[in-house]
Amino acid sequence: MAVDERLGAAAAMPPAESPPARPRGRGSGAAELFQRRVMPLLVIVLFLGVWEVLCRVLDVKTYLLPTPSRIWEELVRQGPSLVEHTWITTYEMLLGFGLAAVVGIGLAVLIVSSPLFDRSVMPVLIFSQTVPKIAIAPLFIVWFGFGPTAKVLVAFLICFFPIVIDTAIGLRSVSPDMLNLARSMGASWWDIFLKIRLPTALPYIFGGLKVAITLAVVGAVVGEFVGSTKGLGYVLLKANGELQTPLLFAAIAILTAIGILFYYLLEAAERLAIPWHVSRRGQEGNWTM
Amino acid sequence: MISLRDVDKTYQTRDGSVPALRGVSLEIGDGEFVSIVGPSGCGKSTLLMLVAGLTPADRGSVVEVRGRPVVGPVTDLGIVFQDAILLDWRTVLDNIMLQAEVRRLDRTAHRARALELLRMVGLIGFEQKRPFELSGGMRQRTSICRALVHDPPLLLMDEPFGALDALTREQMTIDIQRIWLTTRKTVLFITHSIMEAVLLSDRVVVMSPRPGRVEEILTIDLPRPRKLDESGAQEYTRYTSRIREIFRAQGILSRE
Ligand SMILES: Nc1ncnc2c1ncn2[C@@H]1O[C@H](COP(=O)(O)OP(=O)(O)OP(=O)(O)O)[C@@H](O)[C@H]1O
Ligand SMILES: [Mg+2]
Repeated sequence: MAVDERLGAAAAMPPAESPPARPRGRGSGAAELFQRRVMPLLVIVLFLGVWEVLCRVLDVKTYLLPTPSRIWEELVRQGPSLVEHTWITTYEMLLGFGLAAVVGIGLAVLIVSSPLFDRSVMPVLIFSQTVPKIAIAPLFIVWFGFGPTAKVLVAFLICFFPIVIDTAIGLRSVSPDMLNLARSMGASWWDIFLKIRLPTALPYIFGGLKVAITLAVVGAVVGEFVGSTKGLGYVLLKANGELQTPLLFAAIAILTAIGILFYYLLEAAERLAIPWHVSRRGQEGNWTM
Repeated sequence: MISLRDVDKTYQTRDGSVPALRGVSLEIGDGEFVSIVGPSGCGKSTLLMLVAGLTPADRGSVVEVRGRPVVGPVTDLGIVFQDAILLDWRTVLDNIMLQAEVRRLDRTAHRARALELLRMVGLIGFEQKRPFELSGGMRQRTSICRALVHDPPLLLMDEPFGALDALTREQMTIDIQRIWLTTRKTVLFITHSIMEAVLLSDRVVVMSPRPGRVEEILTIDLPRPRKLDESGAQEYTRYTSRIREIFRAQGILSRE
C-alpha cells in the first residue's frame, strides 16, 4: 500500500514559494487547454485501448483480467445494486475525512500554540501512525460492531495524520520578522492567528486535505474488508471470493472515481479559498495532478 | 526619545553564549535622524530589536523609549525590515491597513491616510495590486507606508534598502529624506551604505565588530535637503572618508 509514501510526501510537500513576478500563463490558451484537459484524457483512452486489444489478442480469461468493455457492461448491469454500496462507502469516507479535518486542524493549532502540548501529544500521534491501522480495524469491529462507525474511525485514523502535520508546518511557516512586526503593532494571539497564521497555513492545509481525502477512501474500504455486509469493500471481497472479476473491477472503478471526484472538489474549494496562492502556483509550472 | 545606557546583549545558543553588544550607550532626541553603520554581524539588528522591545537586553542594561523602560514590545513605533514581509493575500492597501486593523484605529480616516502615503511614494494606482505583482522597490515602499500609516513618533528601519538595486536605492533614499523632512519623526536607520548614512542623518553611529560597541558618533553638519549630486562634494567626502578611516583602523577595510 502506498500509504506511507503518501504520508512522507504530505509532510514534505512545500507550497509554492513566492516566485519572482513572471508574465502570466504559458503559451497560448488553446495549447494550454490541450495540455491540461485533453492530454490526460487522451492518455487514459490510449491506456484502455491497449488493455482492450491485448486482452482480446492474447485471449485472456475474463476471470483473470476482463476487458474494459466487459467491465463497463458489468457496471451498467450491476449499477442499480451498486448505488447503495457506493453511497455507504462515500458516507463513511466523508464522515471519517470530516472528522479528521476538524480534529487534525484543531490538534495542529494546539501543537503550535503550546510547546508542552507539542511534546506530550506528538509522540502519541506518531505512535498512532506507526501502529498498522489494518491491525486495529478488527478491534474497532469488536468495539463498534458491523455498522459504519468502525469504518468511519478507520478512515479517520488513516487520514488525519497528514492534516495535522501539514497544518502544523503551515502555521509555523510564518516568518519571524512578520511576527515581530505584528507584536510591535500590539497584535493579540487571536489577531496573529486569524490575520496571519491561518491564511499563511491555508495552502499547506489544503495540501494535507488533498492527501487525506484519497487516504479516506482507502480507510473506509479497509474497514469494510474486516467486517461488513455493505459497502464497496464488501462488494470487492464478495466478488473476489466468487471469482466475479468483472464486478471486482467495476467496484475498483467506482472507488477510483470517488477518490478523483472528491480530490477535484477540494481543488475547486482551494481555488475559491486561496486564489492568491493558486494563481501564483500556476506560474511555477503545473504541480497539480 | 531613545536612551541606551551600558547596554549588553548576549544570545544563549547551543554552542554557548554569543556576546552581541557590549556597553552600548546612545541618546537619540525627538525628531532626530540617526543612522547606524558597522560591519556585518556587529549587532545592529540586535540593537533595533532591543529598542523595539522585541528581545530583552542583559540584566543591568538600561533601555528607555520616551522615558519609559522597555520591558515588552514597544507599540507606538513603525518598523521596516530588509524584506518587505507583506501578506500575499492582501492588496497593497490592505497590507497597509493591517496596521490600523490590529490597532483598532478608525478605518476611514486611516484609509485616506494610507492613500495619501501611497501617493507620496508614487504607488497610487497600485493600491489594489497584490504583493507578487509588484517589484522589490514597490514592495518595500508599501512596507514603509505600513510603518507610517498610524503616524508613530518613532520609525525603526533595518537595512530597508538592502535588497534593492542601486538605482531604486538612490530613489528610496531621496524619498525617505522627503518623508522625514515633512514628518520630522525620530528615525533609527540601519544601513551598510556609508553614503546613505551621511546623506540622511543628523548623526551617524559607527560600531565596532562583534561584540558591538559604539566606536564613534559623527554629527553631520550639512544643510538640507541634501542632494545625491552633491554627495561627491568635499563637505560630504570629509564624513565618508572619516567613517572609512574608522573601518580601516578596525581592519574591516583594507588600506589599499
Ligand atoms: N537569535 C539569535 N540567536 C543567537 N545569536 C544571534 C541571534 N541573532 C543574532 N545573533 C548573533 O548576534 C550577532 C549580531 O547579530 P545582528 O543580526 O544584530 O548583526 P547585524 O549587525 O545586524 O548584522 P548584519 O549587518 O549582517 O545584518 C551575530 O554574531 C549573530 O550571530
Ligand atoms: Mg542586521
